[in-house]
Amino acid sequence: MTTLDPATPIAAAPRPVFKPNWVRLAPWLYTIGLFVLWEIGVRISGLPHTILPTPTRVFEAIIQYWSPIWKNSVQTLYTTVLGFMIAVVAGLGIGLFIGWSKAIYAGLYPIMVGFNAIPKVALVPILVIWFGIGTVPAVLTAFLISFFPIVVNVATGLATIEPETEDVLRALGAKKLDIMLKVGVPRSMPYFFGSLKVAITLAFVGSVVSETVASNSGLGNMMASAQSNFNVPLVFAGLLMLAVEGIAMYALMAWVEKRMTGWAHRSTMAN
Amino acid sequence: MTPLVSIENVDMRYGGPTGTLAVSGLNLKINRGEFVAVVGPSGCGKSTLMKLTTGLHIPQSGAVIVADAKVTKPVSIVGMAFQNPTMLPWRTTLENILLPLEIVERHRHRLRANKAEYVAKAEKLLETVGLKGFGEKFPWQLSGGMQQRANLCRALIHEPELLMLDEPFGALDAFTREELWCVIRDLHAAQGVTIVLVTHDLRESVFLADKVVVMSARPGRVISEHPVPFARPRQLDLLYEQPFNDMVQKLHSEIATARVAA
Ligand SMILES: Nc1ncnc2c1ncn2[C@@H]1O[C@H](COP(=O)(O)OP(=O)(O)OP(=O)(O)O)[C@@H](O)[C@H]1O
Ligand SMILES: [Mg+2]
Repeated sequence: MTTLDPATPIAAAPRPVFKPNWVRLAPWLYTIGLFVLWEIGVRISGLPHTILPTPTRVFEAIIQYWSPIWKNSVQTLYTTVLGFMIAVVAGLGIGLFIGWSKAIYAGLYPIMVGFNAIPKVALVPILVIWFGIGTVPAVLTAFLISFFPIVVNVATGLATIEPETEDVLRALGAKKLDIMLKVGVPRSMPYFFGSLKVAITLAFVGSVVSETVASNSGLGNMMASAQSNFNVPLVFAGLLMLAVEGIAMYALMAWVEKRMTGWAHRSTMAN
Repeated sequence: MTPLVSIENVDMRYGGPTGTLAVSGLNLKINRGEFVAVVGPSGCGKSTLMKLTTGLHIPQSGAVIVADAKVTKPVSIVGMAFQNPTMLPWRTTLENILLPLEIVERHRHRLRANKAEYVAKAEKLLETVGLKGFGEKFPWQLSGGMQQRANLCRALIHEPELLMLDEPFGALDAFTREELWCVIRDLHAAQGVTIVLVTHDLRESVFLADKVVVMSARPGRVISEHPVPFARPRQLDLLYEQPFNDMVQKLHSEIATARVAA
């Protein structure tokens, strides 16, 4: 960072040492460590594969059943992302609507909380009655479970505009719409993008739950039928695929958040 | 010439008929081009006076008349600056300063076509307050004092006839504050804008204003008006002269009495 005066002699050229960046490597090392511990633990305790398979056995299962695993993984990713995208659009729209006025916020917020308190699993049977089993209830469950955090975050961002900022703009003759567009919407964006990480994770919960009880495809369904065949390594293989998909989508959302709202990470919202 | 602002017998109560009576029997006239400082005990209704004048609040009784029209909605000839700079962190300083132009009726339709002209104007203002070249920085990259300067620019960009400053220098150190006093003083001298300044700093009020208005404790009303006799342009040396300190002293004891009277 500092510019060196060429006249001053440099003490000693730093020896090129290979120095791994432990902080960057840490997640990988810890993950590998976890698998190793798991492997050793299962081998020492001698647990049968039908209770807890070793990771090597799980990877074997992944290779062995790759074709169905791949097909079902894509199906789950598809229902999850579709439900999530509907949740983003609906959540943004409803969030903006709720945050629009203090009165709407006060009136709808309790309803939203009540709705959110219902376990979404309980809605799956109703969705099945309406839409039959398969992709549609899975998408809808993913949507229902993930849109709430988006709504709440967007609405909160809007409803907590500093009164002074509002005063400055109102004194200039700003209409409600002006204030919302110039301040409210940009202000709620960090909340919105922050909520996407939570929402995508929940969307996976929704789609897998629905697939487990009401579908002929998807990882949830695959794991349920593997379980009824006592194919425990395949169940774990499904879990592993879910973890991979979940981490990938989470990382994507975190990246999007950082790209879109870099300013919010460097400034406090209070300013 | 009729005064630019005329507040006549105004009562303002917050929060319904049983709420806090913030100001009562408030009377004040402000002439065009005048620099008025408002001082008084904390919570006496100074900020309320500002909001009444700008039309952010409408009084329950009495009348507020600005530019010969009774105020019934926010008046758009004002620029406001508060103690808290309220810069929007996702906009650069320059974009923050241009924000009022996107809102004020008279400018918003011209903004796109005349962007360069407005940007030049904003940059000139930045230069005036000593922030030349900082337009591209984000507000959170500026110090508190710099943000407050930018805040002043934002209040001035649409050439308001009336500039309302509510303790704008409260959070600044003594040196920055004195520097900004000079900035305000020069702006007032150069542009002939009418300025209302709410402050807790009596030296600030005497140094800057043509007239210092003292308010009573809540419910606030004007208990006295003091014309400031010192000739303009005033230099910072004035702060150390005897007549200046005598006047500050007099104001101080008056407010102390007003506080006790409550
Ligand atoms: N939005 C509000 N709702 C209810 N009461 C309010 C509101 N704003 C101000 N008040 C009350 O009105 C009175 C005057 O408030 P105001 O903000 O005008 O005082 P002030 O003179 O600006 O005080 P300070 O010098 O501390 O800034 C206070 O007693 C306050 O409690
Ligand atoms: Mg105040």
